[in-house]
Amino acid sequence: MNATDTQIIRGKVYVAGDNIDTDQIIPAQYLNLVPTIPEEYTKLGSYALCGLPDTCLPFIQPGAVTSEYTILVAGRNFGCGSSREHAPIALGAAGIKAIVAESYARIFFRNAVATGEFFPFETARRLCDTFQTGDEAILDLKAGTLTRAPSRETFALNPLGAVAPVVAAGGLFAYARQTGMIGKKG
Amino acid sequence: MAMTITEKILARAAGKTRVIPGDNIWVKVDILLTHDICGPGTIGVFQQEFGKTARVWDPDKVAIIPDHYIFTRDVKAHRNIDTLRQFVQEQGIRHFYDPAESTYRGVCHVALPEVGLVCPGTVIFGTDSHTCTHGALGAFATGIGNTDAGFILGTGKLLIKVPKTLRFRIDGTLPPRVMAKDIILRIIGDIGFDGASYCAMEFTGDAIAALSIEERMTICNMAIEAGGKNGIIAPDEKAFEYIRARTSAPLDPVYGDPDATVEHEWRYDAATLVPCVAEPHVPSNYAPARDRTGVKLDRAYIGSCTGGKITDFRAAAQILRNHKVSVPTFLVPATVEVAEALLSETFDGRSLVQIFADAGCEEIAPPSCAACLGGPEDTYGRTSGSEAVISTTNRNFIGRMGSKNSRIWLASPLTVAASAVTGHITDPRDIS
Ligand code: SF4
Repeated sequence: MNATDTQIIRGKVYVAGDNIDTDQIIPAQYLNLVPTIPEEYTKLGSYALCGLPDTCLPFIQPGAVTSEYTILVAGRNFGCGSSREHAPIALGAAGIKAIVAESYARIFFRNAVATGEFFPFETARRLCDTFQTGDEAILDLKAGTLTRAPSRETFALNPLGAVAPVVAAGGLFAYARQTGMIGKKG
Repeated sequence: MAMTITEKILARAAGKTRVIPGDNIWVKVDILLTHDICGPGTIGVFQQEFGKTARVWDPDKVAIIPDHYIFTRDVKAHRNIDTLRQFVQEQGIRHFYDPAESTYRGVCHVALPEVGLVCPGTVIFGTDSHTCTHGALGAFATGIGNTDAGFILGTGKLLIKVPKTLRFRIDGTLPPRVMAKDIILRIIGDIGFDGASYCAMEFTGDAIAALSIEERMTICNMAIEAGGKNGIIAPDEKAFEYIRARTSAPLDPVYGDPDATVEHEWRYDAATLVPCVAEPHVPSNYAPARDRTGVKLDRAYIGSCTGGKITDFRAAAQILRNHKVSVPTFLVPATVEVAEALLSETFDGRSLVQIFADAGCEEIAPPSCAACLGGPEDTYGRTSGSEAVISTTNRNFIGRMGSKNSRIWLASPLTVAASAVTGHITDPRDIS
């Protein structure tokens, strides 16, 4: 997807804690799926976050292939662990449009930017303690805020900073073409 | 202006005289490494973006080392290896180590240096987070995703941010039975699971200089477990000797300036380090092995890019030659070279293979990642229940070795071997 198509992301929030690693986001037995094959991209989405402990609420309902949640709110070091791009792709394929975390592991963040699957926002506040899974929320990309509906509490997100132009262009390839690093497609 | 080794390598690769942390620069890539689980996706991105008939920027700079899902009946895993085969053929890529041929090597991070593709001062990207291993020979090496790797396949370049450097100086002499794994687990325990996020981790001091290249790899391999972008150790005569035995490529090493500023420097006296474990479920859950003798184990595992090198098996054999294991003990040499050394190296007239067999270990598996990352259901050593495992691998995440209900303690091969003997976590100094 091109993450820049919209200015407002609205939907249900799924809340996760600290150190959600890539094995929890997409367990290793599903890494035989190749993200650039469309059916397998969808399949990856259907397994997103199935590695979370069984005590967590399911991110995807049994039998569903996508998630009812659009925004993921997490704590520190989200996406730590492996460089598998299957991880951000699984979340994107499941329907996540934005993640708001206190911090990200570097490779996961970079893969999120490079693929343009969703907006990886950081926030100085520990919103994973404020939000609850199932809350309705509105993320305003332009204003850089996350609002909890219906209470209308609004939280400021950190600007995307140096990666903003890459995200805005729609990922690494689009950015490289825009800036003349590589030629037009095809 | 003075620069660290990481800054200098990146400056050179960017064609600049100086860089500072935070600079976003385009660097030229010396080696792109990929394997069977990220290779097909990388190829997919490359063909989507550059076209079906596009050529890679330099086939001699691409290394494709299948290792993750090799000895499995999983159909998709085999299809993925077929995708790699077809691609290397089309593109004329020489550095491919086919699991079906005698050229097969095994785990990519041990294989890449073995085949002489890791040279000091070079820039290596790999579609695997443990690519940071290769800093052990003085290269800048880090993990990336498929999209970045697809971009490199087409252009030979990547836009990256110059990391700040954190320096870890370990001086003095390591006590007997304390290994590289104990050094890095202690560091990760001290700085935390994200303590080196976005940073270069530079390891220095006489205790590092005294380590073998394989032990240095153990340390750099786990830089990612503190969130590090790369791990790096300045190359020395030991490194050159290791490399010269494997390649005749001209070496052009890079060294940091002595007066370069770093973000922070940690100092350790090697004499104070002890055999330790990382408890479930993060590698930063440090505990001295002696403080955890109450933990009963169901299985022991020796393998992976961190703990499946010849030095790791030699260490395990030091203990197992005198004992029998009391829990199922799984052994997976990282590469074919390691597997062959297990047959040819002897202690008191017995080969390592014989020592492990006499100690009652499980039959040695063929080289691959095996249960280090769980993998397909039929993977050797994969957990399926609520096993308590002590392992020489690098990650103890929930579900990492297969079952979400199993628990993993990370440790050095000496500590794993000692614990395999007693059936509970054991300091290797407390066993003959
Ligand atoms: S041995 Fe384990 S950590 Fe190393 S490359 Fe294989 S799966 Fe990754």
